Amino acid sequence: MEIAIISGKGGTGKSSISAAFATMNNEVVLADCDVDAANLYLIFNPENKEEEVYIAGHKAMIDYSLCTNCRKCIDYCRFDAISLKDNKVVISEISCEGCFLCSRICPENAINMVPNDKSRMYSGSFRNGKMVYGRLAPGEENSGKLVSMVRDKAKQVAKENNLNTIILDGPPGIGCPVISTITGADKVVIVTEPTISGIHDMQRTLGIVQKFNLKACVIINKSDLNSVITRQIEQWCKTNGITVAGKLPFDTQMVKAMVEGKSITEYNANLSISKKIIKILNKILNHN
Amino acid sequence: MIKIALASGKGGTGKTFVATNIFHTLLQNNHRAMLVDCDAEAPNAIAFFKTKLIDKYEVTQLVPVINTETCTFCSKCHEYCNYNAIFILPPMRIIKVIEDLCHGCGACSVACEFGAITEKPVLLGQVTRFLTNEIPSLIEARINIGVMSPVPVIKAAVKQIDNIADIVIMDSPPGTSCPFIQTVSSADYVLLVTEPTPFGLSDLRQSVETLKVIEKSFGVIINRAGLGNNNVKEYLEQEMIPLLLEIPYSRKIAGLYSRGKIVSETDHLFARQLMALVDNIILQHGDSNNKR
Repeated sequence: MEIAIISGKGGTGKSSISAAFATMNNEVVLADCDVDAANLYLIFNPENKEEEVYIAGHKAMIDYSLCTNCRKCIDYCRFDAISLKDNKVVISEISCEGCFLCSRICPENAINMVPNDKSRMYSGSFRNGKMVYGRLAPGEENSGKLVSMVRDKAKQVAKENNLNTIILDGPPGIGCPVISTITGADKVVIVTEPTISGIHDMQRTLGIVQKFNLKACVIINKSDLNSVITRQIEQWCKTNGITVAGKLPFDTQMVKAMVEGKSITEYNANLSISKKIIKILNKILNHN
Repeated sequence: MIKIALASGKGGTGKTFVATNIFHTLLQNNHRAMLVDCDAEAPNAIAFFKTKLIDKYEVTQLVPVINTETCTFCSKCHEYCNYNAIFILPPMRIIKVIEDLCHGCGACSVACEFGAITEKPVLLGQVTRFLTNEIPSLIEARINIGVMSPVPVIKAAVKQIDNIADIVIMDSPPGTSCPFIQTVSSADYVLLVTEPTPFGLSDLRQSVETLKVIEKSFGVIINRAGLGNNNVKEYLEQEMIPLLLEIPYSRKIAGLYSRGKIVSETDHLFARQLMALVDNIILQHGDSNNKR
């Protein structure tokens, strides 16, 4: 079973809650799908790592010994990535989407497509099972594809090790890496917070979940920060037939646990917040 | 004009909080300021202000339409497409465009030798302009639900920046991949907002590495100072990265923010700190026309 944890808004507590979920019951496969900002390895420090290269698309490069300045590539590029500077054709790495069109139409074959090969995927063991995570190299794109690769690896590792539960810690937002994280997942958990941004982003996130015909439930984290908005979220969920799996108070112990490199339940399972998280996870696991 | 982007690797560190408060402070100090919400997947900045709509326009992208009557199922378009957006089974005479994967590069149209490919626009999202204090000063990029990449909508929003503005504040999406790069690449200076936690530090490092690759000037704001540990500060000292401001952790600030309130409206010390921060950036880095 794959459980995806997402939020829309960043910083609502996805990773801290994922960490708790990953260390509570039986062994799991933990997949960090936030490949732009992978963090769970900081808590779990996985061992016996395997490393795989991920090709994050390509970038066009001009071979100036062949370029005749005909500018045909400028006309064809739809991403405004090629322009004329000081009478020289230049390609902006930032705007290039790696579509290959310029390299195909160049009459002099002066454009080469260079693979972005600095991103990595790692898999290894952590203290409660197996862990897979991706690291997108600075400035590289196509993070959705790396997320798919992380998920495929997690499934493979789960099968090889007879592990039933895969926890997917997702990225913020609602774009391609989030879509890659949730498509086909068995359960989607949306972690929100009672702020005007939190409720707005939760609604957009539920939109994406529904678009892909997935079932989601909501955790309201830091619920005591604003009880009025917490009630609004509960009401909205009720009206829209979404289960609120539980509420968690704002608790600085969560930060203390992170600093010590532990999940909140490992840090102290007797804290009231730990007990609440355990209860919420059991509810999610038993809920259809 | 100077464009300052608020960014962070980790989400939820306070980008929008700082962006909205700086923008408000600039308006209070009679600057001709603009705020551009580039977090098109989760745009929230507008909710902090009393606004009036100026106009809204749709951002579209072209996707191919294949005429199966004239298509010879030669597969050349499929070979040209680098995004696997054209699915083809020649023996079965099946060809389909997977619009969600298409980047609109036009390679398939160039590939087709039989004139079987035309293009149609599909909606990606909207760019909306708003008035605050009767001045056009807010721009929001917002993608439609289900759209893969916010990049074209962010690009379109940045193009709407008014030349009359003297200081433009851009609220960037989190992360370090294409949506972030697209936003910060048009900025003159980047303010990285982080929090003093292990997650905050790890993501800050990633942002710093990325900004070094694309050669942007930047400084750091530590939000929720007092929580977590001292490692972010040690890292900044080691790397000689300027720490421009520390905003103490406060439940009161969190409460005000949750309700959509601007903290610097009532906290005058905070307002002065933000104004001094922007003044210093301009003093040290000049503006778009005058890089120092």
